[in-house]
Amino acid sequence: MGAGSGRRLRVGASEGLTVGAAETTAAEVVDLAVTPLRELNQRLHDVARERPHPRRWRVVNPNGAHAVACGLDAEVDVEIEGHVGYYCAGMNKMATVRVRGNAGTGLAENMMSGTVVVDGNASQSAGATGRGGLLVVHGDAAARCGISMKGVDIVVKGSVGHLSGFMAQAGRLVVCGDAGEALGDSIYEARLYVRGDVATLGADCVEKPLRDEHRAELRELLGRAALDGFDPAEFRRYGSARTLYNFKVDNAGAY
Amino acid sequence: MAASDAQRPWSLRESYLFDRSVIAEIQRAAGEGIYDIRGFGAKRRLPHFDDLLFLGASISRYPLEGYRERCDTDVVLGTRFALEPLRLRIPVTIAGMSFGALSAPAKEALGRGASEVGTSTTTGDGGMTPEEREHSTILVYQVLPSRYGMNPDDLRKADAVEVVVGQGAKPGGGGMLLGHKISDRVAEMRDLPQGIDQRSACRHPDWTGPDDLEIKIGELREITDWKKPIFVKVGATRTYYDVQLAVKAGADVIVVDGMQGGTAATQDVFIEHVGIPTLPAVRLAVDALQELDMHRKVQLIVSGGIRSGADVAKALALGADAVSIGTAALIAMGDNSPEYEDEYRKIGSSAGYYDDWQAGRDPAGISTQEDELAARFDPVLGGRRIANYLRVLTLETQTLARACGKSHVHNLEPEDLVALTVEAAAMARVPLAGTDWIPGTNGR
Repeated sequence: MGAGSGRRLRVGASEGLTVGAAETTAAEVVDLAVTPLRELNQRLHDVARERPHPRRWRVVNPNGAHAVACGLDAEVDVEIEGHVGYYCAGMNKMATVRVRGNAGTGLAENMMSGTVVVDGNASQSAGATGRGGLLVVHGDAAARCGISMKGVDIVVKGSVGHLSGFMAQAGRLVVCGDAGEALGDSIYEARLYVRGDVATLGADCVEKPLRDEHRAELRELLGRAALDGFDPAEFRRYGSARTLYNFKVDNAGAY
Repeated sequence: MAASDAQRPWSLRESYLFDRSVIAEIQRAAGEGIYDIRGFGAKRRLPHFDDLLFLGASISRYPLEGYRERCDTDVVLGTRFALEPLRLRIPVTIAGMSFGALSAPAKEALGRGASEVGTSTTTGDGGMTPEEREHSTILVYQVLPSRYGMNPDDLRKADAVEVVVGQGAKPGGGGMLLGHKISDRVAEMRDLPQGIDQRSACRHPDWTGPDDLEIKIGELREITDWKKPIFVKVGATRTYYDVQLAVKAGADVIVVDGMQGGTAATQDVFIEHVGIPTLPAVRLAVDALQELDMHRKVQLIVSGGIRSGADVAKALALGADAVSIGTAALIAMGDNSPEYEDEYRKIGSSAGYYDDWQAGRDPAGISTQEDELAARFDPVLGGRRIANYLRVLTLETQTLARACGKSHVHNLEPEDLVALTVEAAAMARVPLAGTDWIPGTNGR
């Protein structure tokens, strides 16, 4: 990944209207086939300082690039037309990032707020350590989805791989399909909802009753993810048995 | 009460294999059924910088005049890729230690002391506190497997970023902050309930292996707009390969922490039996950098058992660009001070032996989260003590460098050193004193 480039940023749709003094409505189009990633991310980081600043961005030809639209810290909408590599929308704040394709490892890792949506599948560790905001995966998410999540909400329309919700501290993980082995291993206070089968539960993760408040929570999460077609009553709830919160030698066999 | 050594009949012979410490540990283990978790670093005798000596200048080399001729100590870290490298006035930095393991006033003191003499401090597992940022002119922000307290705002506020792969006290291990050190504030910073044991993972949640690390570093550079130097910290084990892989992954600075490096809470068996000492680790790290023609281009920071300017000078002579201190910094602030002997006795320890940094009952108010204990520690005075100690380390380093005729501490070189033991000669790859023998080289 290089820092510099002699090539110019190619921007389209410059005929957009200016709304007030702060934003333009037409999408800024950035073609990663000709524009270095560094320039795209720098512009997105500087967006709040641009006057007027573009609210909508379209990124074309991502071609699996890593770290696309990471570290955003402004209320912008970024639509990426194609597949992205690792760490797309990493540490996102406030922005809405939509990937019209698949995403690689560490999608939206440590996201703080905003919304990240992937139309296709996500690789390992989607939403890892996320602290806030909403991550939606319309396909499947691979292993360790929501690992060490610390407050983010994750909704997966398909299934998730093994060790999803590992050491999950806070937030909600909703899986409309199945969950792989060792779901919620060593989980803390995060809440997990799975509609399909769970291969196995991890250490200290147990099924808990699905009460009205949980159905309401699910309805709200599915609504925010625009997946209203699922009935909250079809899900099962999982969380921590809290037996491993303080180390006791008698539990040594459980680790 | 056990008889003192003086009262004991000479006919009683203590076993070398089962000495009193071993017997006490077996009996403790049998009683409690859990391994010993403690702070501090390795306590066993290990080959170290004490096993090296400098060859001062004489007829074939001329020395520099102490107090008169300059011997510079500045170091620049992060010259490879970072747009804003760190410029330190001295080659001694403060290692990562968490708020959680240490009290807030202790973290503040580290910042005050380091800033006074122009060097950096480092956050730890648990995130950055506003006090720490305020009092540290140059602050390195750690990205750890747990990602406790991790957020992009602090990442951008930092002066450098350190991806922690491991530490010398426990390479390959995670951590555990025991529940009794989890105050409300620590719990909030770590997004967990108060009072529960907080495990820190041993692997990063979103990358595995050198190829992923390269991409992870790329992401951190993108988020920080390529401004901040990126450090990679490893515990010393397969150091030669780890350093080469870290260079390949794009690190600006590599931190190698030998097995004497301290910890706030680790199993004793881990501290004493995993990793290699700092002495061979420096040599292996420099070998790796030199082979890639990256020595001095990717900077090397060495830590683990640095106590004096002699240790600093020897690490630099072997090729390090700077060193880090942790345990010594705590001691400088008052840890293990005889002033608290009565209180150490009450908790079953003694000044000079106290290593229960995990327990949160530190009479000196340093490794604790109890307000009453932490309030004993004066961060202004503590900062002054840190600054004093860092100045002494620097003056001692300069003294040795001038004696070897060097106008910059980085001009010290392996040729200035000899070894006192065969082991140290082999590990540091300098000749045994009085010989030209370096075991393991040239087929000898």
